[in-house]
Amino acid sequence: MAVEVVKRGGKPATPAGGPGSAAPAGLSAHIQKRLRANGSREFMLDAQLAAPPGITILFGASGAGKTTLLDCLAGLLEPDAGHIALRGRVLFDKAAGVNLPTCKRSLGYVFQDLALFPHLTVEANVRYGLAKIRGEEQAGRTAAILESLRAAHLRARYPGEISGGERQRVALARALVTEPELLLLDEPLGGLDAPTKSAIVDDLRAWNRAHQIPILYVTHDRGEVFALGERAIVLEVGRLIAQGTPHEVLNAPRQEAVAQLAGFENIFDATVDATHEAQGTMTCRLAGTAVTLEVPLSRVAPGVRVRVAVRAGDILLATSRPQDISARNIIPGAVLTLEQRDFMITAQVDCGVRFEVHLTPGARDSLQLRAGREVWLVLKTHSCQLVAST
Amino acid sequence: MDWQAFLLTVKLAVLVTAILLVLGLPIAYWLTYSPRRWKFLIEAVVGMPLVLPPTVLGFYILLALGSKSPIGRWWESLTGHTLAFTFEALVIGSVIYSLPFTVQPLAAAFSTVDRKFVAASATLGASRLRTFFRIILPLSVSGLLTAIALTFAHTMGEFGVVLMVGGNIPGVTRTVSIDIYDQVQATNYASANQTALVLLAISFVALSLVYAWNRKVWAIWPWR
Repeated sequence: MAVEVVKRGGKPATPAGGPGSAAPAGLSAHIQKRLRANGSREFMLDAQLAAPPGITILFGASGAGKTTLLDCLAGLLEPDAGHIALRGRVLFDKAAGVNLPTCKRSLGYVFQDLALFPHLTVEANVRYGLAKIRGEEQAGRTAAILESLRAAHLRARYPGEISGGERQRVALARALVTEPELLLLDEPLGGLDAPTKSAIVDDLRAWNRAHQIPILYVTHDRGEVFALGERAIVLEVGRLIAQGTPHEVLNAPRQEAVAQLAGFENIFDATVDATHEAQGTMTCRLAGTAVTLEVPLSRVAPGVRVRVAVRAGDILLATSRPQDISARNIIPGAVLTLEQRDFMITAQVDCGVRFEVHLTPGARDSLQLRAGREVWLVLKTHSCQLVAST
Repeated sequence: MDWQAFLLTVKLAVLVTAILLVLGLPIAYWLTYSPRRWKFLIEAVVGMPLVLPPTVLGFYILLALGSKSPIGRWWESLTGHTLAFTFEALVIGSVIYSLPFTVQPLAAAFSTVDRKFVAASATLGASRLRTFFRIILPLSVSGLLTAIALTFAHTMGEFGVVLMVGGNIPGVTRTVSIDIYDQVQATNYASANQTALVLLAISFVALSLVYAWNRKVWAIWPWR
């Protein structure tokens, strides 16, 4: 599956189609919503997406419209135009005048701040969504879900009396126990330590294997994207700009915005010098310099201006010119500055353009790096990504 | 102490409080959650009794209930007697007069309930009615108690509206505050003092209970 780049204002490459046409078992939606944030500029959400059963990561900087999108899907906000269909059931269709109220959409929503009812015990919170089924079954299902999320011992406690991680488990249990047809998770694991997070992630994956419904999972944590997602969707200022597997979207970003989000510290203007079809590579010259980089082949003609993105952690540093090495890009330069933050050194290296390079304190010491030191940067061809500027 | 007037007043206050709860809950809910832009007009109408002289309010209520008004004529055709200067008129007048004392504490309490809880309730399949009774109202208990106490105490002590629409008929429309006025007019200060002290005590106890409860509510949810 290739990364689909959605050009601003253009049609997305994935056919989301009409109501229910693209993914009868999943979610298909086209949502347009104009928001007037208080005081600030107007914000327009315009996103077309299709989410099959399984976890789809919704990735984007804060203010990209992720929560607005979830609120529209949940019916907490009414879109100005568009349609939403879930498993062939129309939840919203502006043209047809359909707008199912939230309580009839059979979805689970874990809010960013969880919104556990403070006056109800953990058990009563989880049981709240089961009002329409019989009493004994309510108790059984509540006990079962709390058990499976390892929160059974909390049942008599109030939300104010349990820890943050426990609250997150309870909120998840409350959303899952109703056996929703769509699950919306808005940064449900934010602020948790890694072991707690991965334990909850395991529980969620297990639940997902058994139920197979579309799950939209909002995060801006790269780690969570790779740990959880089968698919990732990237949203920027209200627009869906990329979708694909997490690896495709984040490791080989075709959009500069995604590259920045995904932590590509080095993004340069460049011109394509030559393409080498047989090698699967091409040569780019960084703007305003004589520095050339060999990058993976892309469908662009020589002379075209492009942007090249490189992660600071993917660049090697050498104090003498490396010989007999597979990497194709070896660039001479001089260290400008070295800055230490925790156990990571950030080096700024002047090669005609300024590269940011990450290395360990040990590497700095054994190479005796200091400002002014002559160095060679070593970059693999596939560490260099072409991105489209947005 | 005129026990007849006292019991009549308690009966009036209980009845008015009960009626106002039934009316006030939906009005306060609507004022808090309606997206209508003109709801401030309704807020102003509800709040009017706070600033109007009771005699002005009483005068218009009297006109509205009188035998020349549609309401008065309808009541007469139904019951065979006029509505003005009856206990029923007293109830209607008191309901209107005490309306802001029910609606305002309720609306204030509803608006402090985090909208996220309302949204969460809806995503869990709850109707608006269920959300109201299971989430909004329990989280507004302090406002509810304040509304009940204020409405009760306010109705117990009202004077102007009662005099205008009810007159001063012993056992029918004579309330404690009118009784106190009568006693003072008759220079019967000892008896007036006795009744006034009872009203004073009731008001103090009612307000103390409300404030004590509100403190307890805060202590239950320390994280907020």
